[in-house]
Amino acid sequence: MKYQSQKVAKLYFIAAIGLFVGQILFGLIIGAQYIWGDFLFPEIPFNVARMVHTNLLIVWLLFGFMGAAYYLVPEEAETDLVMPWLATLMFWIFLAAGAATILGYLLVPYSSLAELTQNDLLPTMGREFLEQPTITKLGIVVVALAFLANIGLTILKGRKTVINLVLLMGLAGLAVFFLFSFFNPVNIVWDKYYWWWVVHLWVEGVWELILGSILAFILIKTTGVDREVIEKWLYVIIAMTLITGIVGTGHHYYWIGTPEFWQWWGSIFSAMEPIPFFMMTVFAFNMVNKRRRNHPNKAAVLWALGTAVMAFLGAGVWGFLHTLAPVNYYTHGTQITAAHGHMAFYGAYVMINLAIISYAMPLLRGREAANSNKSQVLEMWGFWLMTISIIFITLFLTAAGILQVYLQRFSDSPMPFMVVQEKIELFYVLRELTGLVFLAGLIVYIASSFVGSNEPEATAEGEVVAS
Amino acid sequence: MTGMEKNRWPPGDLVIWIFIMAELLVFGVFFAAYAFTRTNHVELFNTYQLTLDRNAALINTVALITSSYFVVRAVAAIRVDDSRRCFHWLLAALAMGLLFLVVKGAEYHHHFSQGINLNTNTFYMFYLSLTFFHFLHVILGMIILLAVALKARSGGYSAAEHTGVETGASYWHMVDLVWMVLFPLVYVMR
Repeated sequence: MKYQSQKVAKLYFIAAIGLFVGQILFGLIIGAQYIWGDFLFPEIPFNVARMVHTNLLIVWLLFGFMGAAYYLVPEEAETDLVMPWLATLMFWIFLAAGAATILGYLLVPYSSLAELTQNDLLPTMGREFLEQPTITKLGIVVVALAFLANIGLTILKGRKTVINLVLLMGLAGLAVFFLFSFFNPVNIVWDKYYWWWVVHLWVEGVWELILGSILAFILIKTTGVDREVIEKWLYVIIAMTLITGIVGTGHHYYWIGTPEFWQWWGSIFSAMEPIPFFMMTVFAFNMVNKRRRNHPNKAAVLWALGTAVMAFLGAGVWGFLHTLAPVNYYTHGTQITAAHGHMAFYGAYVMINLAIISYAMPLLRGREAANSNKSQVLEMWGFWLMTISIIFITLFLTAAGILQVYLQRFSDSPMPFMVVQEKIELFYVLRELTGLVFLAGLIVYIASSFVGSNEPEATAEGEVVAS
Repeated sequence: MTGMEKNRWPPGDLVIWIFIMAELLVFGVFFAAYAFTRTNHVELFNTYQLTLDRNAALINTVALITSSYFVVRAVAAIRVDDSRRCFHWLLAALAMGLLFLVVKGAEYHHHFSQGINLNTNTFYMFYLSLTFFHFLHVILGMIILLAVALKARSGGYSAAEHTGVETGASYWHMVDLVWMVLFPLVYVMR
């Protein structure tokens, strides 16, 4: 850690991991409800638990991104944050608002929450992933603006690197597209049309810029490869991301009442979306192979390589599986989507957050470069347990999805939804068991922060000569 | 080193080639989709193909080929360390790019004033999508050439180091190449 103000990132990272635990617990609850429909009913109904599961995911990833930005922007700009106090203040506001919202979901019926928060004045509630009360949404905007001002002014004051500019572009895009969550047309086609501007253009657009810049930062730090080489890759990756991702929004416009050309545009451009992810994988492995030194933080390098591979598989390959219009005609909204969603979010955004946390946390806690060997070994156990679990969760959901598509939509005598759900229950059981292994992996991961603190730092074995 | 530079393969930066391959893949898929869809609607495609202005497209084809030649001259100029000439050839290539945009813009104006849009029919959907996607690439290619030209003018390249010129040239040739497929496929072939 080179600048005092980077320290604020620690708060954000700790909160992120805390909320991650909550997300997984609620994931296990809905996973159980797939098997026993009335599990925890009426205290925690499925729709509420699902809302908490997805909202917590988004909020903790945002905490992670903000922490990452507060950590890497000063280091890249070579200057302290302009307003570290604002970063701390916004942290507590965001955490309080987030906690109040989740409690609102859990303690009052959703309709009462809408009344309580005066949703009538500016109706924005009731849409998947954007369920937050309007007041929370306004809070998010305030936090985002304060955050952008802080980061933006710091970048303006200091050195302007490609990593910082791409990150800023991603974060600004994140804030801008969130504004469409306030746009709530009565016409259901327009409603869905713009809803995707938040949902799709986040995860398949601007978030990829954030992912790319954080990955590039970690690779520069851990491999010692020239900045110019890494920046060149970053340029091409983001160009490809934007070309394919923006028009790729069309893969959500197949069956919602939009013109037919979207079936072509959506199919062709989104079929190309794996390309930037593939480039990212090639990029990460190339840079690590060309490394000029071995970094003592092996866990961070593992997360960085892991995110490149898993993002390609989850977002790229599993996305491609059901992105072509003729395929999506059958698979739309089935467990295939759930399979893709789980591996893509984990591979791209969970892992990049854990990668930057893994890199930065030891430094924020006063280490020179890395945690002790003992702690890193445990962290890598966490990596493998969680990653292998998510692979199996994805495979089980894919199997469930294929069966579901066949039995419910493709066979000569299609069966009703609920009948099919019973027939694929075995896969839900397997998914839930694997989910428990994931939780164990998460516990091991968190435990790794608390072991070996008194032991000496791990050292890099053998200096590598530049190739 | 200088002697080796001329025969280096691929010319320009390796990363631009990855980008070029990705771009060609997107266009390739688009062309294939056009071809397969056409086999199911041969009459429709043949009828509406006649509404396109083949002369304008021919002018544009010549414009792009000429611009590619100018770009080749620009690379040749920098290889003998002539930055000024390199800059001038790039400007000439940019002028041809601009001509392409003007002619294509006039074609679009003609179609749009007749109320044609992406929903008119499958042929126009493909025609407008393919040509507009290519149109955007011409603009991007021109931005790249302009950046290279400005750097050449300020003496940023030399006979020993001119990767940037080759990189820009490679991308521009790709834009040209795509049109060389697009023109016969959409305007001429029946």
